[in-house]
Amino acid sequence: MQALYAQLLVGLINGSFYALLSLGLAVIFGMLNIINFAHGALYMMGAFVAYFLLNLGGINYWWALLLAPIIVGIFGMILERTMLQWLTGLDHLYGLLLTFGIALIVQGVFQNYFGSSGLPYAIPDQLRGGMNLGFMFLPIYRGWVVVFSLAVCLATWFLIEKTQLGAYLRAATENPTLVRAFGINVPRMITLTYGLGVGLAALAGVLSAPINQVRPLMGADLIIVVFAVVVIGGMGSIMGSIITGFALGVIEGLTKYFYPEASNTVVFVLMVLVLLVKPTGLTGRAA
Amino acid sequence: MPDTAIAEAPARAATGGNILQVRNLEAWYGESHILHGIDFDVNAGEVVTLLGRNGAGKTTTLKSIMGIIGKRTGSVKFNNQEIIRATSDRIARMGVAFCPEERGIFSSLDVRENLMLPPVVRAGGLPLDQIFELFPNLKERLSSQGTKLSGGEQQMLAIARILRTGASFLMLDEPTEGLAPVIIQQIGHTIARLKKEGFTILLVEQNFRFASTVADRYYVVEHGKIIDGFSNSELAANMDKLHTYLGV
Repeated sequence: MQALYAQLLVGLINGSFYALLSLGLAVIFGMLNIINFAHGALYMMGAFVAYFLLNLGGINYWWALLLAPIIVGIFGMILERTMLQWLTGLDHLYGLLLTFGIALIVQGVFQNYFGSSGLPYAIPDQLRGGMNLGFMFLPIYRGWVVVFSLAVCLATWFLIEKTQLGAYLRAATENPTLVRAFGINVPRMITLTYGLGVGLAALAGVLSAPINQVRPLMGADLIIVVFAVVVIGGMGSIMGSIITGFALGVIEGLTKYFYPEASNTVVFVLMVLVLLVKPTGLTGRAA
Repeated sequence: MPDTAIAEAPARAATGGNILQVRNLEAWYGESHILHGIDFDVNAGEVVTLLGRNGAGKTTTLKSIMGIIGKRTGSVKFNNQEIIRATSDRIARMGVAFCPEERGIFSSLDVRENLMLPPVVRAGGLPLDQIFELFPNLKERLSSQGTKLSGGEQQMLAIARILRTGASFLMLDEPTEGLAPVIIQQIGHTIARLKKEGFTILLVEQNFRFASTVADRYYVVEHGKIIDGFSNSELAANMDKLHTYLGV
């Protein structure tokens, strides 16, 4: 039974990363119509920025949680201003190829300087140790990752679904020309939205650093599963991404317990089944 | 349709002064040359209607003024400021509001969010209670999804949301298209009241009967050019010509 709970916890932690990353992808796809294949590389950059801040600047984990998303978000906004914005109105394939190319370049540069092995990033002192819950031992840092990710996901959902700024974003997704004709600077809003999505990826990278170490290919390993999560949840659906992210993490964890051989493929099998039954994803709307 | 007067509406415009001046306006959709030198004026406080057949260039004229058409040349002056090179968000913030032909109601937003979407660009916009006086249906449907409204209600919502913004110059593109006669009448009453409140309105209409109930002046657009223009008092004398222009 202990092993089941342990796998559930691992599933929830993976689900936290899936949710944060797929949320960023959903925001970017929903608002910019870009399938952002650079997302994994930007997640990796978040972890590396945290590593640099600690080892070069002596800036701790808590500051890294704030600074890394801002720094990588600004990098993302530069990418959007200089490259992605020119793809407006073109086929999805162009955005996919461009962001895939960016991902390869970024990962290649980091691999060139840091190799493929992981760099250590220590768990902050305040989150070391664990708690005995009676039925299982809960490492505090892992519990923190789940709770903090959930809080960030819900805050992002609230921002997009329940605020005036979110209404601008949702409206601009449907008809950017008209929203601009209402007096809203849509190009600036798109840049900031891309920065927000990228910032979420970087945040996931910082959270991941103490668990998974800091590796140039850490994002490449994860991004394919995250894309499956987004497809299952429904492209562009905010709540769909959050729920599906956590749910698939848990399903993956349970599969590891009950039938380990299928744990690496269960997400993709589910994706195929969902696409067969509901091609727009569980919560997605038809175009 | 309640007939309560809109209280303390600010004098938006002293009738007579030139608010919009369009000269030699040309516009393109990609390689297609749509407008071939449009010239007309709109004076403050007027309702001016652009008439013409389908595809004559009426909607393109509005979109060009609003800065939505990518390639446009000539001169468009709003309150004596040149706006031909301005972006549409800047034009909106100068006090120009646009209600598109397809209404542009957002399906991911409820009625309240649709109504509150356009930002207030200057003081003097209608407060919500006055908007609900004009369009009582909207108040009852605030939490409905925008696109679940009937065609008439969607049109009311599309007009209502630009009245909040403080824009003094409204461009309405075929506000009666596809609506039942009773709704058309209601839209007509609304436009008449807005005019009384000092709004300046540039209207595109194919429904000539409707336009004749609200317009002060008419311009006829054909093949991307203004080919005629007359005031409401000259309407009777121009009816035959108008029938020929519009093919009715």
